[in-house]
Amino acid sequence: MNLKKLTTLMALGAVVLAACAAPPAAAPAQPAQPTQPAEPAKKFAGITVNAITFSGPQIAEPMQRRGKEFSEMTGATINVVTVPFADLYQKILNDFATGTNSFDVIVFAPQWMVDYIEPGYLEDLTDRVKADPDIQWDDIGLFFRDFSATYNGRIYTIPLDGDFQMVYYRTDIAKELGLQPPKTWDDYIAFAKAVSEKQLTTDDGKPVYGSCIAKKKAAQSYWMITSIASAFIQSQGTGQGAFFDLETFKPLYNNEAFARALEIYKETTQYGPPDEINLDVGDTRGLWTAGQCALTIDWGDIGTLAIEEGSKVKDKTGAVILPGSKQVLDRKTGKLTDCTPELCPHAIDGVNHAPFAAFGGWSGAINKASKPEVKDAAFAYLSYMNQPAQSNVDVTIGKTGFNPYRVSQFKNLDNWIKAGMSEQAAKDYLGAIEASLNSPNMVLDLRIPQNQYYQGIVLDGAIAKFLAGEQDIAATMKEIEDGWEQKTEELGRDKQLAAYKATLGVQK
Amino acid sequence: MSAIASSVNIPAVRARAPLSERLAPAAFLLPAVLVVLFVSIFPLILSLFLSLSRLRFEAGGLKVQFVALDNYRKLLFGSEQKVLFGTVASPSLVGWIVLAVVVLLTSAAVYRAIRDARSVRVIAGRAIAAVVLIGLTYLVAASLLSPEGRPGTLVVTMLYVAVGITVQYLLGLVLALLCAQQLPGRRFFRVVFLLPMMITPVGVGYLFRMLADTNKGPLEPLWVALGMQDFAWSNNAWGARIAVMIGDVWQWTPFMFIVLLAAIEAQEIEPIEAAIVDGASSWDIFRHITLPAILPVSTTLILIRMIEAFKIIDLPNILTNGGPGTATETMTLYAYRIWRALDIGGSAAIAYLLLFLVTFFAMLYVRVLRSHVSATA
Repeated sequence: MNLKKLTTLMALGAVVLAACAAPPAAAPAQPAQPTQPAEPAKKFAGITVNAITFSGPQIAEPMQRRGKEFSEMTGATINVVTVPFADLYQKILNDFATGTNSFDVIVFAPQWMVDYIEPGYLEDLTDRVKADPDIQWDDIGLFFRDFSATYNGRIYTIPLDGDFQMVYYRTDIAKELGLQPPKTWDDYIAFAKAVSEKQLTTDDGKPVYGSCIAKKKAAQSYWMITSIASAFIQSQGTGQGAFFDLETFKPLYNNEAFARALEIYKETTQYGPPDEINLDVGDTRGLWTAGQCALTIDWGDIGTLAIEEGSKVKDKTGAVILPGSKQVLDRKTGKLTDCTPELCPHAIDGVNHAPFAAFGGWSGAINKASKPEVKDAAFAYLSYMNQPAQSNVDVTIGKTGFNPYRVSQFKNLDNWIKAGMSEQAAKDYLGAIEASLNSPNMVLDLRIPQNQYYQGIVLDGAIAKFLAGEQDIAATMKEIEDGWEQKTEELGRDKQLAAYKATLGVQK
Repeated sequence: MSAIASSVNIPAVRARAPLSERLAPAAFLLPAVLVVLFVSIFPLILSLFLSLSRLRFEAGGLKVQFVALDNYRKLLFGSEQKVLFGTVASPSLVGWIVLAVVVLLTSAAVYRAIRDARSVRVIAGRAIAAVVLIGLTYLVAASLLSPEGRPGTLVVTMLYVAVGITVQYLLGLVLALLCAQQLPGRRFFRVVFLLPMMITPVGVGYLFRMLADTNKGPLEPLWVALGMQDFAWSNNAWGARIAVMIGDVWQWTPFMFIVLLAAIEAQEIEPIEAAIVDGASSWDIFRHITLPAILPVSTTLILIRMIEAFKIIDLPNILTNGGPGTATETMTLYAYRIWRALDIGGSAAIAYLLLFLVTFFAMLYVRVLRSHVSATA
């Protein structure tokens, strides 16, 4: 075919295509139709906000439910993507670092925020928060405003949850066996042992275990050992810190105090379910609500799950501040020493309590790289979930995974009683959280660069090997110390120490 | 004269060829070469660079710090050594016997190369292979076959490969031989046997996790009847490893089965008929006709599965998260675990160690096979 013919054919084809695609030249005039009165345009109509969190179903459930409500009100579309907890930290960071920016909202552990803020991935929300009266910022507990939301004096996250670890015990079993709620970790062991020896069973014949603690590797278990160890390591108040020495930044996890914590931790396994070292928090919570545990360590979730439909432990669940110790680490000698007024100034009846603000509470942040209109919608969405009208209800529902974090949620018992808690249970539950929150010796979670490596890899890995019997106490402590020291050397000791000290200055 | 003319003419003809024609082969090849470079060679080089670096997210972007072999030092001699190699102790009697056999066999191979006056390259190659093999065998003997030892991710990975492939091949072969018979329902079973391969490995992981749950799983009544309600396979290192291996065998036996079935059915019928006429038994037919006929397929099949099996991650990740302790953790899972905490350089170093390991075993397998075939021929 020569060029001329080809050109002709192409021109003909173009004409045919144009004829097919063109609209009718002169459409017959239609009579004017009566139009429906137009709905007022919704504020965020046509805007899509992509959010990421972990595949709970806790946390994701209220995000999806409230997202739907928010969509109906504002026209914005909220997509909630979920990933396993162990993948969340890296998934968010990879998305930001590679410039993919698939997510406009991240709901995450605030202790990771330093790794997201330093490279400049998160939007500064300070001005937005100040301009939003509905959020009632001052009603949010000071600790959560400071630790969970603020970095270097600027607000980067909106708290949606308040996290403390506590000990829960079965009030009916305690009464039956004449046991008191544990005040020390030795009491905890004695309680668990007594229940275990009694060989109690549930109504459907299943065994009741003395203690159920989530100990699964590479899950959410590595906070549990810190909950036990803190009482032995920190006694001089929050500013003392429970992870590193404030002068040298040497780990505090290789001494007699941590060795004692490891002994207790391992001993609890004797009184737990046979597969306890493969149980995550979801599993132990299931066992608790099925009435198969007499004791457990957990966040505030147990209190609300216990009153949910199907629970066998409604009005049988008591909560206390994390047990303490009558012996603490003397940092000058490195030995475990009996409490004295000088050594344990905050002790109650000679018992040093160090409640652990594990995790800090799920919080929402906004991707700095998102479009301005998407950021507006994203902030409005986070604000909506955080506002008292929504959060006061959500924190009373077990499946949300949200625990109280507003002052009004502690003061007003009505929502809790309405949710199904007895007044006494509500007082117990909120009292345990308040006691932790108000403790001058509260232990802050680690919030230094790459804390996920320190805790999620080194600590978690060493503890998993210890529980599996692969190594003894000395080897476990050495592995933690070596792993932490190596990471500190990599990242710079001075820089890490400065970040640690800055965190300990958090106000409560 | 003509010879001279032609010798003169050839360069003249070449010189006259248009530039486009001379460049055409390169131009046609270039896209394919670029694709290969982009998807294969470039990532390989980049990941090698990553394994020699430390990455950190900082204000303004990513900071890459070149640390030479530090990531490898950490793995082989530093704080991660125990994870990779496990706890090494004096081998048991079985361990010593296994080690002695491997030392004898490898020494014999090196000796034969020297005796036959093979090239220096061959002798050096055999010597290096012998040293690596003896080293790996010692590691297995001193960790897996030692009462005080504990295998690390390296030995656990090799265990999964060795047990998995052996059992998968034997089971696949038996099933293929059965389905090649004129038995009723064989078409149905061909499909049934293939089903596990269609399921995603993550699904298989959850499936076996439920089945092995002695307290809440669907098989709970069975475990209770067997008096095993208080047994937790996940608490026991060997229980957990066996669970992973069963899952892997269940999933990948169908692959062996379907390929072997195709090979069995494709073999020539005449030699078998002749053997039957000559009064050969079924075993003789299998041993002397079928097995040699399917040998080329079998070797390729094992090689493919071996390379794939070294990368196992899904099952131990879902079933046990690599636990209890590090009992079921493979090298890939280990690399993934530290990658999740942003130790990208360390993760790349593990990946490279795995690459060396896979390449070593693949080459060894091919060499041994080739020498065996040459000897048979």
